[in-house]
Amino acid sequence: MARHVPSGSMIVLGTQLAQMIPFAAGHELIRQGKRDLTLVGPASDILFDQMIGAGCVWRVMASCIGNLRGGVGYCYRRAVVRQIPQRLDTVDYTNLTMALALHAAAMGVPFMPTYSTFGSDLGAKNGNLREFPSPVNEDKLIAVRALRPDVAIVHVQRADISGNAHLWGSLGVAVDAVRAARSAIVIAEEIVAPEVIASDPNRTLIPEFLVAAVVHEPFGAHPSPVQGYYGRDHAFFTQYHEQSRELDDFEQWLQRWVLRVPGRAEYMKQLGDCRVAELAVREHAYSAPADFGY
Amino acid sequence: MGRAEREYGITVSPLPAGTAASKEYSLTELMVIAGAREIADGEMVFVGMRLPLLAYAVAKRTHAPNAIGLYDNGIIRMTASAEPLHTVGDPANVGGATLCGQTIDVMGYLQQGRVQVGFLGGAEVDRFGNVNTMWGSRGGEAHRLPGSGGGCDIACLAQRSVVMIPHQRDRFRESVGHVTSPGYGSGNGWREAHRLPARTGPSAIISDLGIMRFGSDGEAFLASIHPGVQVEQVLAATGWTLRVADALLDTSAPSGAELEAVRAVDPDRLWTR
Repeated sequence: MARHVPSGSMIVLGTQLAQMIPFAAGHELIRQGKRDLTLVGPASDILFDQMIGAGCVWRVMASCIGNLRGGVGYCYRRAVVRQIPQRLDTVDYTNLTMALALHAAAMGVPFMPTYSTFGSDLGAKNGNLREFPSPVNEDKLIAVRALRPDVAIVHVQRADISGNAHLWGSLGVAVDAVRAARSAIVIAEEIVAPEVIASDPNRTLIPEFLVAAVVHEPFGAHPSPVQGYYGRDHAFFTQYHEQSRELDDFEQWLQRWVLRVPGRAEYMKQLGDCRVAELAVREHAYSAPADFGY
Repeated sequence: MGRAEREYGITVSPLPAGTAASKEYSLTELMVIAGAREIADGEMVFVGMRLPLLAYAVAKRTHAPNAIGLYDNGIIRMTASAEPLHTVGDPANVGGATLCGQTIDVMGYLQQGRVQVGFLGGAEVDRFGNVNTMWGSRGGEAHRLPGSGGGCDIACLAQRSVVMIPHQRDRFRESVGHVTSPGYGSGNGWREAHRLPARTGPSAIISDLGIMRFGSDGEAFLASIHPGVQVEQVLAATGWTLRVADALLDTSAPSGAELEAVRAVDPDRLWTR
């Protein structure tokens, strides 16, 4: 984080929507005192809220900002309405237009067209959505400007030390995000031998040449789930929702779970073996092997 | 006060006093079931969060076992998930899925016009079915809401969008403060004038008091009223003069199978107390 994510960066994270949100990375950015970040992503559940509450963020570009089950991010709301802890700029997208903004950058073109957002007030404030006449028929379309973040932070199940990564489950916008960004940081539950990754090239969704750094961080996505590794900690989300409603409570929460915790290992110890055991995979479900032989 | 209200500030209309219905099922359960009934078997459905998630799960377990579910994160399911879901990213939604792709894939199906039904939750809805999930107000103070998510995409592109929302005067407004997800705008012809694809638009607003549908002029009217609810109650809870169908229907009470399904998909009764 120190080397690749300076203050002022535009970071895309939370690319798999409700799964594999890189909480450990986000918490480390908070501890390092990053400022003036632009956060990009479709929906990052409570991670965006935490980073906003910690004063790291000056702009959010997203389609949904809040506690997915609770409905509202209190830190986010305080920032937008009362400028606490500081003023926050928001650029509102929809899930489709966010996906297209990253896809355009991944495809190396200045925009991607869509019919979505016509008639919505969302387009009025988002200058990255512009109406234009189709050059091939009579339609009018919306051009979604390409978005090129500085860094993509993506949590995956496994990667080799060069950064080739397998990820599975909810994919969201991860594949386009790593191509759209200038560089990617891959955070893996497991680092495996290169032969393991090479054995299933259809599952290698992130190639090493896009990756600036690989981090081995088991439980790096808690409280969000990682398919095959651990479940969603519903109680943790609910507790965060309760404890972020009032500013004082949020500040205490931040001390307890981020600022006074040196890293993810200590965080998991604080969570306790009991909770960790509850989240463990109850029944493994391995895929059928794919024979790449010839 | 139910857990949903305490924890998340969601308020649902109180049950009418002395309703026989309250002894067997809650109006929120009926709301979910009514949402499920909007899905015909075999249809492709864009499934949202919370109440829409439940409505789809109920439909799959009852009259629409062949419905196809698309989720914002790229998941496609032909079978119901084995467990109740809190979010679309729950591991139980991935396990047994038909296909786990990307957001852009399911959005492509939506934009191609393949999706017959899309669900929208919302903070506010107005007389033309426009939905606001951007700016709310409580006690005169404006506050930010989560934003569109996939709601605007569904409202623009699904053949029939269905809004599910508790029926309260401060949620059913004459005009929403922010048109996050467009309905019929200001009336008939608006969608066409704003270049929205043909054969898209809201088909119903489902609340815990009744079901509203849309006339050819794009304005909502009360089409069906839930058991035990009085028309006056619905009108009082609506922030404009809600038209009432000449042939007002009674929403059918839940069947045994429907009630069993809704209780199976929300066993903690977080949303359907």
